[in-house]
Amino acid sequence: MRAAIPELPQARLRELTDHYASAVAEKRRQLWLGSALLVGAVLAAGWMGDVDPWKFSENFWRFPAYFANMVPKFSFTSAWADLSEWFWGLPRWTRLLGDTLLIAYVGTLSGAIGGFVLCFLASANLVRSRTIVFLTRRALEFCRTVPEIVFALIFVLAFGLGPLPGVLALAIHTMGALGKQFAEVVENIDSKPIEGVAASGGSWLQIVRFGAVPQVLSNFASYALLRFEYNVRGAAVMGFVGAGGIGQDLIEAVRKFYFTDVSAILLLIVATIMIIDFITERVRHHLIGLQGAGT
Amino acid sequence: MIALNSENRAAIAARHPEIFRPSWRRRSMIVTGLGAAVGVFVFGIVQLDIPLNRLSDGIFMLGGFLRLMLPPDPGSWALALTCLHALGETLSIAFLGTLGGALLAFPASLLAARNVVANRIIHFLARRSLDTVRGVDTLIWALIWVGVVGLGPFAGILALVCSDFGTFGKLFSEAIEAADKKPVEGIQAAGGNHLHGVRFGLLPQVIPILLSQVLYYFESNTRSATIIGIVGAGGIGLQLAEQIRVLEWQKVSFLILLILVAVSAIDWMSSRLRFAIIGRRAIA
Repeated sequence: MRAAIPELPQARLRELTDHYASAVAEKRRQLWLGSALLVGAVLAAGWMGDVDPWKFSENFWRFPAYFANMVPKFSFTSAWADLSEWFWGLPRWTRLLGDTLLIAYVGTLSGAIGGFVLCFLASANLVRSRTIVFLTRRALEFCRTVPEIVFALIFVLAFGLGPLPGVLALAIHTMGALGKQFAEVVENIDSKPIEGVAASGGSWLQIVRFGAVPQVLSNFASYALLRFEYNVRGAAVMGFVGAGGIGQDLIEAVRKFYFTDVSAILLLIVATIMIIDFITERVRHHLIGLQGAGT
Repeated sequence: MIALNSENRAAIAARHPEIFRPSWRRRSMIVTGLGAAVGVFVFGIVQLDIPLNRLSDGIFMLGGFLRLMLPPDPGSWALALTCLHALGETLSIAFLGTLGGALLAFPASLLAARNVVANRIIHFLARRSLDTVRGVDTLIWALIWVGVVGLGPFAGILALVCSDFGTFGKLFSEAIEAADKKPVEGIQAAGGNHLHGVRFGLLPQVIPILLSQVLYYFESNTRSATIIGIVGAGGIGLQLAEQIRVLEWQKVSFLILLILVAVSAIDWMSSRLRFAIIGRRAIA
């Protein structure tokens, strides 16, 4: 005996297939519309941005050639001599790299302190006054949106050449970026400790100190470390506008076509950044672990 | 039940000494940590030879600049039009740079993801080369590309493509590695090969995440695109650097205002689009 297979009535089936077809057609139409918009935007941007495929294909060989030029003369018979000739400026470059790291550190720490102070004023759960929250947020947004190198350009005129404008530019940008991230952390904390301190008669500062800070410290440290990583990259190019660090030597080598110097400095920068990334990632994982154990 | 007040605090402290005793180990760790942080800070200021006495003069000068900046004024209509054109260039650099970087990074990120390419050596090489590309700043890429295709926004686009290639490659491969492996196993159990597993099991999961990351970076790239003009790679940065050098402060503030408006417009747009994409995934 054959099992009876229940069949849909023809009308119902047609209704369902029609519905499916129209849903698919709708999706397809959206995809086409999206693609057309994308192609239009690409063409407009290409026209605006002087994209020239002909010039690109004509000159593309210069790109690998640039890197080929950067490879120093090297033979295994005189490996040590070649290496020391390639990295002839190593003592100077190491000192400048150290300066770059210090610029990033001092800038990050000052900015983090600024962000730490301002983030509580930008948190709607700690500050009643809408005006204060709004004004602090806009100020932080301004510090964050103006690129640090623009600050550095202006500060170089005010403070003179050297690491000081670089440090200040990084500090202001960091204050804006960390202030926003810190405020987001503070707005997501548990409100019970705050209410507890407020209920036992604590002042606003005591509420922040004993209600909010213990909950957020490990998160803050993790964000600050991430920012330090980012700022090392930023500090490496501060020298382009005369604000200290290794960037000055790099841009000189690029402008004067000292190809092997460029590759030596670039390798040093990339290696430093990788080491810093590695260390801060370790520390951040440790901090996140602490936070998990604490709660 | 005892209420905690100043009279019986001593009694409670006597009964539970372990709670009230200061933890010396913890305290010494905090003091050492803070001491090290402050020590490096002071060492940095000394080592960098930062002239702290110039700080007050500099701040005074900055105040003067700020007074000269107000109100923002482009000076003439011709310059305002030039600025708007430069802004358009900046937006095209950001758009095409992000798009190109994402398109190039996608295949590379598949190579760098452990659950797509199981070969350890390929995985390691792909990861390290992405790290190297990422370690070179956008401004440095711009310098290199200016040497290849000449001054102008095209060099800026290519520079952003390069630096985004590194960033997206890392982000994408992490997103792909974090994907659920059950759909892939399901497809392989139903007789699909490895490629089928990637195409129908993995990609549908990660595409919305990747798109949202790309849109997020579009905003940050707009910010990078405003500055690569400083090394001659087109866009509004060129105008800005020029006006700062000739101390035309009203024009500088006009340009900064223009950048702020453009960045927040892009920010608003990309977050709307991002929510649309993630929302659609939540419904599906």
